[in-house]
Amino acid sequence: MKKLATLATSCALVASMVQAGPDEDQLIVNDEISMVTEVAAPAHMDAVDTIYSGWRFRSDETQAFQMDDFDNPGMIGVENAMVDWETADGSEGKSCADCHGAAEDMAGLRAVYPKWNDAMGKVTTLENEINNCRETRMGAKAWKYDGGDITDMVALLSYVSRGMPMSVAIDGPAQPTWELGKELYYSRTGQLELSCANCHEDNYGNMIRADHLSQGQINGFPVYRLKNTKLNSVHARFKGCVRDTRAETYKPGSPEFVALELYVASRGNGLSVEGPSVRN
Amino acid sequence: MRKLIFAPVAALCLSAVATGATEIAPLDVSFDEYGAVAQSLSGAPGDVDNGAKLMNKGAGNCIACHVVTELSHLPFHGEIGPSLDGAADRWSEAELRGIVANAKKTFPDSMMPSFYKVEGFVRLGNAFTGKAHQGDVAPLLTAQQIEDVVAFLMTLKEE
Ligand code: HEC
Ligand code: HEC
Repeated sequence: MKKLATLATSCALVASMVQAGPDEDQLIVNDEISMVTEVAAPAHMDAVDTIYSGWRFRSDETQAFQMDDFDNPGMIGVENAMVDWETADGSEGKSCADCHGAAEDMAGLRAVYPKWNDAMGKVTTLENEINNCRETRMGAKAWKYDGGDITDMVALLSYVSRGMPMSVAIDGPAQPTWELGKELYYSRTGQLELSCANCHEDNYGNMIRADHLSQGQINGFPVYRLKNTKLNSVHARFKGCVRDTRAETYKPGSPEFVALELYVASRGNGLSVEGPSVRN
Repeated sequence: MRKLIFAPVAALCLSAVATGATEIAPLDVSFDEYGAVAQSLSGAPGDVDNGAKLMNKGAGNCIACHVVTELSHLPFHGEIGPSLDGAADRWSEAELRGIVANAKKTFPDSMMPSFYKVEGFVRLGNAFTGKAHQGDVAPLLTAQQIEDVVAFLMTLKEE
């Protein structure tokens, strides 16, 4: 009896839903870069068949900001980073360009990070690599892990990889880190006892209060949020989501968040690199 | 921050003294095998209007996950859990009290938070600061607030 009644109400609910799941829109940036925003889930994912970019869950107004670079406020960060790319800093008097050439020569990197680094004996993020260059090769001070300078630089490295499919490696030496990330993804934390999976695997497409839940993919990072009017890094977003479970968060750049980033990135393998993207 | 947490508790003590009722602490609640809680947690009757407010705001925030037609003047009801319309036709008062106090006793592994629980959390934070919690843990809702929410739910009848 109870079951029947609940079923009846949930059917009524389904009928009254304005929007469920991702929309049908297609993302082509500048009428030029055709983004894969929907693709079969990678083999390691059991509970989900199809993966979607977060762009597909945003309103038409928010989506429009990302369809043309002139309208994309995240491009300001890319331009800032283009200046930094050419500017010498630190005791060695070198810029990124002195060692790496044009920023465009870095195309493809965004798609494979986080990645195992043999010399360091651990999985690193682009932020780790940027700071490693600054400290050991430029003799410059490390940037704050989730600060504006580094997030702009990650936006530039994403920009030059736009449209390429995410393809982080999860086997070999990276595997234990990936396993840790997976464990964190499914851990229910805080006084609300919610895991990433509760919201982004079990409930994507549903509204939680005023928010339309996406799959929590990171192929679009860094993300310019209209809400805080700046580019946001992956770890800043993780911190916000963990905090919202009324939990003690991990720190941006911590081994836990690096592991979580590798795992979440691997859930998006096959989606296009989209950064800098725009969200509400 | 402190004040916010303790204010409801203080109010509760006053009303408990006034009515001579005794409160059941979170660790002393007895759930039956289906997750129902027969006894009032505060010993005092629930306030329907305050229950309706808790559904919307503060630590209750039930409509973040549930549609409630009775509260349709409030914006943005979530779709995570079932609509609560007709909840009182489907469940007894004791069952509703059990669901609000600790839904996981009725629905194992439910996503619904446990509102009258004080231990067994992983990385418990200090409210929404992202910092570690220190000291005694207050449940998300006080005993009287649970009774108020249950009183409101008992008005949700369709049959
Ligand atoms: C209580 C619900 C909830 C939990 C738990 C949660 N999130 Fe989120 N998350 C949201 C909401 C709401 C948004 C904004 C809408 C959206 O993009 O889904 C969001 C957005 C995101 C985004 C941005 C997606 C984009 O395209 O911009 C990422 C990435 C993300 N979450 C990852 C995580 C991870 C990793 C965890 C666990 C550590 C987590 N979330 C836990 C609610 C949650
Ligand atoms: C984070 C999401 C979430 C929040 C917040 C939440 N619930 Fe729930 N609730 C659920 C889910 C999911 C279910 C379905 C039970 C299950 O897990 O199978 C449920 C089930 C219920 C039921 C049984 C529904 C029925 O009609 O059979 C009641 C009653 C209920 N919730 C009341 C509340 C009240 C009152 C509050 C606030 C004090 C609340 N819920 C807050 C997620 C939530």
